[in-house]
Amino acid sequence: MSVLVYTENWDGQFKKLSFELVSYAQTIATQLSTEVVALSIGEVSDDELNKLATYGAGKILNINSADYKEFNAQHYSNAIAEASKKENANVIVFANNITTRAVAPRVTVKLEAGYVSGCVAAPESTEPFIVTKKAYSGKAFARVQIKKENKVLSLNQNAFGITENAKPASIEVFDCAIEASRSKVIELKKNTGKMSVLDAEILVSGGRGLKKSENFSLLEEAANIFGATATVACTKPVADLEWRPHSEHVGQTGKVVAPNLYFAVGISGAIQHLAGITSSKVIVSINTDKDAPMFEASDYGVIGDAMEVMPKLNEALKIFKENA
Amino acid sequence: MKILVCISHVPDTTAKISFVDDNKNYNKEGQQFIIGPNEELALTSAIDIKEAKGGTITAITVGQAEVEPTLRKALAMGADDAIRVNAEPKDAYNVATQIAEVVKNDSYDVVITGRESIDYNGGQVGEMIAEILDVPSVSGVNSLELEEGKAVLQREIDGGFEKIECEFPLVLSGQKGIAAEPKIPAMRGIMMARRKPLNVVEPIAFDDATEVLEHSLPEAKAACTMVDAENMTELVRLLHEEAKVI
Repeated sequence: MSVLVYTENWDGQFKKLSFELVSYAQTIATQLSTEVVALSIGEVSDDELNKLATYGAGKILNINSADYKEFNAQHYSNAIAEASKKENANVIVFANNITTRAVAPRVTVKLEAGYVSGCVAAPESTEPFIVTKKAYSGKAFARVQIKKENKVLSLNQNAFGITENAKPASIEVFDCAIEASRSKVIELKKNTGKMSVLDAEILVSGGRGLKKSENFSLLEEAANIFGATATVACTKPVADLEWRPHSEHVGQTGKVVAPNLYFAVGISGAIQHLAGITSSKVIVSINTDKDAPMFEASDYGVIGDAMEVMPKLNEALKIFKENA
Repeated sequence: MKILVCISHVPDTTAKISFVDDNKNYNKEGQQFIIGPNEELALTSAIDIKEAKGGTITAITVGQAEVEPTLRKALAMGADDAIRVNAEPKDAYNVATQIAEVVKNDSYDVVITGRESIDYNGGQVGEMIAEILDVPSVSGVNSLELEEGKAVLQREIDGGFEKIECEFPLVLSGQKGIAAEPKIPAMRGIMMARRKPLNVVEPIAFDDATEVLEHSLPEAKAACTMVDAENMTELVRLLHEEAKVI
């Protein structure tokens, strides 16, 4: 028995969420009196793989065959299921993200498991196995029991703290033959450089209240002052108007984000937008309308015109950063 | 081209939610139910393709008789026929098993689901169906073309996209972008929906892999602390000293 954690990499690097995930897996392993095995697929250096051991992954399986260079849902889920069987893992842990959406359900069927996605905490008990997840697009929580011997969980980003639990690392190369696939990637486009809204610790988000796309420069300035872990986001109408790219759209049909701090600037607070931000730790709203529903969902509020308030806020932030 | 679109019957996004039966079940009293927004876009995309290239679209859902108006809405939008698997959709693996069974009995070229349903946000059923049937799956599809014998799709990835070609049969889960906006049924569509076939099939035996025991609501947020627009220094101070997020 062990807990297998699938640690995805981005161009050979792990992210903060990777370490949250291993910490989570370690907590479950402790509950089950067993060990964590991490599985990595792709070209990742030993130095980078060793980082996982700091959080509890004493054993690290590394699939670095060229067959896996290109993502394929069938190939990856097969490899993860085979690794799980090899390690006798009956709990498999993923991050709740794009790649997981493609593979975890397939792994679940291969292992005839029960799958709870969107977990927000460690299981409350392992016998019976009960874990809490988000439901109704962030409006509720659900306690769910997994009734199969094998359990698959996906953890929400920024829902579980990173805890160190250093183990001596042992990296083992693992190979898993692939079968021919009827699906192939014919083009791949990646916008490098900008941090995704999914990973940002601070989001400065704007709605139609900003009146025109040029005014988003005020939000960009705030994000720049905060630094590399801050980025700009927007509401669906703003993305539909093409003031901002669709990748920045936060909401029910856009991205669901989990920053430590979310600024909602000129955003009224439609339910569809709120569905994207319920995992934010702190929300600040800036709006001219004192009755905007956004204020009810916020921790701090400023009634005022974004175009007047943002320059003042940016000034105050600059001074704060200089004195920090 | 035979297309199967799996839709969920879910409470409207703006619904005020509550639970009954010791918080085990959703309180359906007085609630408006809709086709989930992701599936609505996916269905729209399928209908646009059908209108351009021909083919048939079947809408399917797992649910009791109460979900039939939602299936009729899919018919009104442009699906040709509908199937209701007569079971309560309590577990994703079970739902996927039921739909896979229907697919096995009546082969489809493309099975389409939404990225996730807005009630449990699982995002599981589509890819589970694909695995049960041992066919390829593509998730997070925000652009779709169907050609002779294959799909050409765009899949969202972190900070970009992958363009993928996949031969039939396959399963794909669609999201925002797969259609510009949901198709609104015209009067004629609504009239015709009543006469299009809606078949009910009984589920096959399957033990639920998961069970929702209880729901709870998040703790009510404390009242919003208002800060004067002239005093952004105070806001920054609060964020640093009180909220400790900067």
